[in-house]
Amino acid sequence: MSRRTMLMLAALGGLALGPALTASAQDASAGDKQQAQSPVEQGKAIAMDRRKGNCTACHQVPGVEFHGDIAPPLVAMKERFPDRDRLRTQIYDATELNPTSVMPPFGKHRILSEDEIDKVLEWVMTL
Amino acid sequence: MKGLLLTALAGTCALGVATSTGTALPSGYDEIYKADQTPEEHRDAFRAYFKDKFPEVTMEEYANGLYALPVFSSYRQEWEESMDFPPYQDGLDRGQQLWETEFPNGKTFASCFDNEGKNIAQRYPYWDEERQQVRTAEMDLIDCAKENGADYPFVSADLGKDQKARVQLAELTAHFYDLSRGQPIDIDLSKEGAKKAFEKGRSIYWSRRGQLNFACYHCHVDLSGNNFGGGQPLSAGLGHTTAWPAQRIDWARIETIHQRYATCFSQVRAKPYKHMGEEYNALELYEKYMSGGLPLTAPSMRN
Repeated sequence: MSRRTMLMLAALGGLALGPALTASAQDASAGDKQQAQSPVEQGKAIAMDRRKGNCTACHQVPGVEFHGDIAPPLVAMKERFPDRDRLRTQIYDATELNPTSVMPPFGKHRILSEDEIDKVLEWVMTL
Repeated sequence: MKGLLLTALAGTCALGVATSTGTALPSGYDEIYKADQTPEEHRDAFRAYFKDKFPEVTMEEYANGLYALPVFSSYRQEWEESMDFPPYQDGLDRGQQLWETEFPNGKTFASCFDNEGKNIAQRYPYWDEERQQVRTAEMDLIDCAKENGADYPFVSADLGKDQKARVQLAELTAHFYDLSRGQPIDIDLSKEGAKKAFEKGRSIYWSRRGQLNFACYHCHVDLSGNNFGGGQPLSAGLGHTTAWPAQRIDWARIETIHQRYATCFSQVRAKPYKHMGEEYNALELYEKYMSGGLPLTAPSMRN
């Protein structure tokens, strides 16, 4: 199966196991860590990190107060990007889709690693 | 919340801001930069772009940087209040003091310049035909000190690294520009060398750079009037350098325009060019020319 499918199954598996482990573990913080380590949560952390994604420098994101008004708000992402690969390309190198785009090429210029982009993608798709 | 955001999405699309669907840039944009334009045509197109984008803003107002733009009226209010007792005043006073301080040979800085240094800064940077180089105010001030045996730190310091020396030079340069406050910028491109420097500056301004892949025009033409990350307003390129040397609120000191260029380059994760090197000299000449006709407002406060 494709790398993406494997990744999605692993993500789903992690999400499924998370609550179960929390229930059995005595230490609540370990369970919190398990939750925080879901790809969606990790993706959000990468996106909010000013040295990494720093997405709110340009994009409005639900629930975040300080943001730029450079680019379209991140909302209705599944409707706007029914093709996940297209959204991944937008993050990896936006100039592939729009040569005059001001969005930094997060993948092509290695601002984020492939793994980090995958996680950010997971999170963005929930918006 | 989602409804509000969807409305904002529709708004940005309507404004023609580049979106994931590749909407066109504001009309007339392609007319600004053409390979075979004369500098005058390029500048006319540049001015026309901003006149079209911000119809309420008069040409002269652009000399006030980001505060000229109606969308930044709250920043303007704070700026106007700060200019009552400008935080740069101490630095400017020190610059004036240095300007008036005698060299070992009894002369002062005024002796190196036409008209004792008054009402001449509007011609800087200029092309020196004899030395075949662009000369900035900082360079002429350094040479003046050197030739008169005044061994100030900025004469020999690495200005990119030695902040103290650079700031002393910036304060002196600020006073130099203050002596020409209000003069309309007038850059002479009649010589071949000047034209070449202009072209070099132009190509720097309109080229993508750095890990973040931005060109100057992205923020200061396309996105002028927008904000980064909340609290980082983007000024129009028209009007750039009129207020420099300037004091940014965060920096709490007067700084050279080349320092601003260097930090801007760092912000887009590009390696900065050298202070007073060919590249930033060319960029400064380009920006000054493009702000031609606007009054000098240096020094001033900036965000």
